[in-house]
Amino acid sequence: MLNVTNILIILFLPFINFLILGLGSRSIKQPVSGTIATVSLLLAAGLSLMIGYQYFIVKGMVNGAFPPIELFRYPWMVFGSKLTIDMSLVLDPLTVMMLVVVTSVSAMVHLFSLGYMKGEERYTTYYAFLGLFTFSMLGLLLAGNLFQIYIFWELVGVSSFLLIGYYFSKPSAVAAAKKAFIVTRFADLGFLIGILILSFYGETLDIATLIQRLTAPAGSQSLAIQTAGWLGISALTWGLAMIFIGGAGKSAMFPLHIWLPDAMEGPTPVSALIHAATMVVAGVYLVARLFPIFQLSACILDLITYTGIFSAFFAAIIACTQTDIKRVLAYSTMSQIGYMMFSLGIARPEDHYLGYMASLFHLFTHAFFKSLLFLGAGAVIHMIHSNEMNKMGGLRKFMPVTHITFLIACLAIAGIFPFAGFFSKEEILLATYHANFPVFVIALCTSGLTAFYMFRLYFSIFWGKHQAHDPHHSEGTFTMKFPLMLLMLCTLVAGFLPFSSWIFQGDTHETSHINWKFSLVPLSLSTLGILIAAYFFRKPSSRVADTLMWMGGIYRISKNKFYIDEIYLWITQRVLFPLVGKPAAWVDKNIIDGTVNGVGNFVGSIYYFIRGMQSGKLQDYLLYFLAGIAAWMVYFIYIWK
Amino acid sequence: MSHIPLQHVLIFSTALFFIGMFGMFTRRNLITLLMSVELMLNSVNINLAAFNKYLYPQQTGGLFLALFIIIIAAAEAAIAIAIIINLYRSHHSIDVDDATEMKY
Amino acid sequence: MNLLLLLIVPLIAAIGIMLSPRVSAVRQISLAASLVQLMLVGWLLFQMLNSRSVSAQPLYFEQVYQWFPSWNIQFHIGVDGIAISMMILTALVVLAGVLVSWQESILPKEFFFLLMFLSLGAYGFFMARDIFTLFFFLELAVIPKFLLIGIWGSGQKQYSAMKLALMLMAGSALVFVGLTGIYLEAHSFDLTVLSATHFPVAFQYLFYPLLFVGFGIFAALFPFHTWVPDGHASAPTAASMFLAGISMKLGGYGCLRVASFLMPDAAIHYAPVIIILSTCAILYGAFVTLMQSDLKYMNAYSSVSHCGFVMLGIGVFNTTSVYGAILQMISHGLMTALFFAAIGMIYYRTHTRKIPELGGLLAKLPFISTVFVIAGLCSLGLPGLSGFVAEMTVFVGSWENKSLWVRLATILSCASIVVTAVYILRASGKVIMGPIRETFVNLSDAVWYEKMAAIFLLAGIFVMGIAPFLLQYIIGNEAAAIVKQGTQVLINK
Repeated sequence: MLNVTNILIILFLPFINFLILGLGSRSIKQPVSGTIATVSLLLAAGLSLMIGYQYFIVKGMVNGAFPPIELFRYPWMVFGSKLTIDMSLVLDPLTVMMLVVVTSVSAMVHLFSLGYMKGEERYTTYYAFLGLFTFSMLGLLLAGNLFQIYIFWELVGVSSFLLIGYYFSKPSAVAAAKKAFIVTRFADLGFLIGILILSFYGETLDIATLIQRLTAPAGSQSLAIQTAGWLGISALTWGLAMIFIGGAGKSAMFPLHIWLPDAMEGPTPVSALIHAATMVVAGVYLVARLFPIFQLSACILDLITYTGIFSAFFAAIIACTQTDIKRVLAYSTMSQIGYMMFSLGIARPEDHYLGYMASLFHLFTHAFFKSLLFLGAGAVIHMIHSNEMNKMGGLRKFMPVTHITFLIACLAIAGIFPFAGFFSKEEILLATYHANFPVFVIALCTSGLTAFYMFRLYFSIFWGKHQAHDPHHSEGTFTMKFPLMLLMLCTLVAGFLPFSSWIFQGDTHETSHINWKFSLVPLSLSTLGILIAAYFFRKPSSRVADTLMWMGGIYRISKNKFYIDEIYLWITQRVLFPLVGKPAAWVDKNIIDGTVNGVGNFVGSIYYFIRGMQSGKLQDYLLYFLAGIAAWMVYFIYIWK
Repeated sequence: MSHIPLQHVLIFSTALFFIGMFGMFTRRNLITLLMSVELMLNSVNINLAAFNKYLYPQQTGGLFLALFIIIIAAAEAAIAIAIIINLYRSHHSIDVDDATEMKY
Repeated sequence: MNLLLLLIVPLIAAIGIMLSPRVSAVRQISLAASLVQLMLVGWLLFQMLNSRSVSAQPLYFEQVYQWFPSWNIQFHIGVDGIAISMMILTALVVLAGVLVSWQESILPKEFFFLLMFLSLGAYGFFMARDIFTLFFFLELAVIPKFLLIGIWGSGQKQYSAMKLALMLMAGSALVFVGLTGIYLEAHSFDLTVLSATHFPVAFQYLFYPLLFVGFGIFAALFPFHTWVPDGHASAPTAASMFLAGISMKLGGYGCLRVASFLMPDAAIHYAPVIIILSTCAILYGAFVTLMQSDLKYMNAYSSVSHCGFVMLGIGVFNTTSVYGAILQMISHGLMTALFFAAIGMIYYRTHTRKIPELGGLLAKLPFISTVFVIAGLCSLGLPGLSGFVAEMTVFVGSWENKSLWVRLATILSCASIVVTAVYILRASGKVIMGPIRETFVNLSDAVWYEKMAAIFLLAGIFVMGIAPFLLQYIIGNEAAAIVKQGTQVLINK
């Protein structure tokens, strides 16, 4: 079962979708293309589940750990004698877990899109792009080579660009697509430099070898990278910081998060797949993948911790004030990824890397409930044809399935027992409590805020006053409801999986346990958040407006997302373009090109001078002739010997 | 014959040469210019004949050279007059300053 | 195979074009000739790989004819992997160029004649093993460009044609002085003989800059790049493709094959200057591109930026970076030819190249728009396309140099990929995406010859991007051999 053929089938099914549907985007008609793509993705998801079962249950642990299996390796490019980009397929616990998440969420999204995208003009192209994305994401996960990760990292970036810009005639969608690509590209620059630094000292691009070489305490490579440095910071720290910038860009960490809310311009199922469950957690995956190296530098771990907790808190505040339901979800995604990040940052050997396990556990559960939330939001948008909260209300009677599934997902993200989010969040908080108390306090507050803004969303959509909507729109087809129910099931079950015995760092691991005494505080905070949300939003009242009056400026700042977009805009429009681009263009036009033209004009002026002698008067020429003769005579008589 | 010294002949030919040259510089009429050229050529011929006669009476090189120049001058006159006629046909003038097409 | 075939085919085609009575015959002859060229080059590659698998030689299909025996000038031709890959590039670009100008209506006979003549010059240049022969073909490739721009161009075409011809002539003049110097020193023009000669260091320091700058002008070496934007913008589509796709490669190839190969001491001595200039070209070119509003100017300036990578690779001068420079030459040739082809197709339909005047073409021109976007993505270095492979190799190569400021230059060059992304996305966001303008609603998509042209170039880009190991197999060793000259110098010191 764990052979290369099956992995290749999983990897290339979406790619073949992309090729066939992309090339036949005008000849393959609507239901056919979607069905082909969905069926093949369901097949891939089934296969991944089988592989997960085989890897974790049947094959099991060897000497207390799950051994990585390298299935395939081909030297794709060779640089000199040391560095090689291998195209490889490696299975390890992290990969297998992500494989299951990506294929199953992708399959659900494919299925949901059958109904959601019905009637769209570029339906087939849409499925082609989904195929490209899924392929790239799987390639990223299966990579055993750092550069291979970078390659697929860029490819997921471009598929995200294509999908955000799916409604290409909408200027806001185009702008959002460009923004997403450019911001992540900027971060990728960091990633690339990080790769260059690490591979130069590690003398390899292979991840396993790199980890082994750099973590060997007395190895020549690890000594070299720790002693070399620049500006008083070691090369190791520089390299890791650069790689973290790459991860932070993809995972929308502050201050590189600005692309994520705008990315909601894409079709909603795309947001569910790319901007909630899979691509945005690639940064977390990257840090987890290289965790043994990250662990060598305490200051980078601190950087990760503080970036993560700040992003989590910051995004939660903004999420409370947004009115576009997808943007609320986008900020909540950013906040939850912040959780995963700081949880990785605080993982220490003392508690057997509990934070590491908790972070990935949260990644796992978050993928399900967040894609469920997005698909639910998609169903709502499909019905109302608007993203704005104030156009919604009282929908619980009209869309019962969506209502129930959405409620469960909200409970999960708020961390209420017994839904998936509760378990993973408990682990994170527990790990943080031991490692870093201030971070723990902020995380607790964030957790309360999360419950508040999610239930604000929930109550605004499904409760309150019902507003008239087009009676022709219904809750959607069965293909739209079925993924919701399936994901709800996952949300219910995922928390009870023995996750900690599958994915852990180091030699020993702690078994999952629920410490009820500890859980009391976060649980009650979450409940408080829900109650406050219910107080304000369950029924239309003047309470909201009164409170906003009271909040004043704070509300405005949060509503405008702390003006981060404006700062970026100012930097690009007021600094980069006029102060770098314009002068460069001016220099080129006037100084460099001016020099060339100047040389031309100089030659021209010589010509003007000389042509005056060419008067066309016969006598002038005679005179020159005579002068010439006279000169020669003088020369021959007086000078020439 | 020996009463006429060489200097007299040379002064005569020099005068002739400079008359031709003066014509060359001051006239615009192509026929006059041609005549001036002929004057200059002939002054050279006189010089050649005179030097031959006075300095090397036994040799004939100078005479032959003069003869050669006369032939050249005849050919040149023919070509020049052909040019002048053509110029007159196209420009209705034989003033050198009127033909400026090839200037610059 | 006889290499002369590759010179004879374009020559015969050129003569045939001049003699043919009808326009349709002219097109057919050109297409047939360029297809035959492509097949010949493919066959050449196949045969070279075959004979290499038997025994590795430095040169294949060598031929020597006495040309000017008294000056020891020989017509010496022969190819290795680098030359063959350049010739594949030439064949592809020529084919695409012929297809793109299928509907050329002004003086079609002369137009195709000049195209054939250009390809003749390029093939001759790449196969020449005698630097006099090389120079001969270099000159042969300049004059047709002047005519192509001056007659079939647009905008201020006389100015551009003159500027291009004069700057390139200045380049050749420098090259010629350099060649004469080499000849006077070694009494030979033959590359094989010369590579065995070690020139005195003082001589190298004097003549290397002449040769490098001379060839560098062809390859848009900063600050001698200003012929690039004007020339490309005024040229007709096929000529732009040739100019950027092949002509600029003549310069890079010359820098590598003649300048750095023969004078490694000087190459190492002058490396800092070259690296600074190329970093300037890369970053500065990218920023200037950002400010352009004409699609052709945009692509021309981005060519300056991309050719900076070629120069950076040659400047750093280690195995990986030189290999990267060669890859970048091929990749840039394909990519920029494709880009110009797409721009030409858009211009043919909309009659404008100004970015602000275009919009939403994807709705009406899906094929052309897709080609445009792929060319753009290749330009910004998307994995799976050729640009990524080439640029990453240059980066890794120049990173291998331990000195801190080379590292800094590498990081600055890396930063250009972000700027590239900005201008490419800005252009395609405006031109391809967005709401369509009313004036464009009746446009029709690409026809067969345009599609063919794009597909040939796309095939090259994809093959190179997905399977870089193929190219590595063809040229990896030769790139190493060039650098070996230089490293031996270092060891001897």
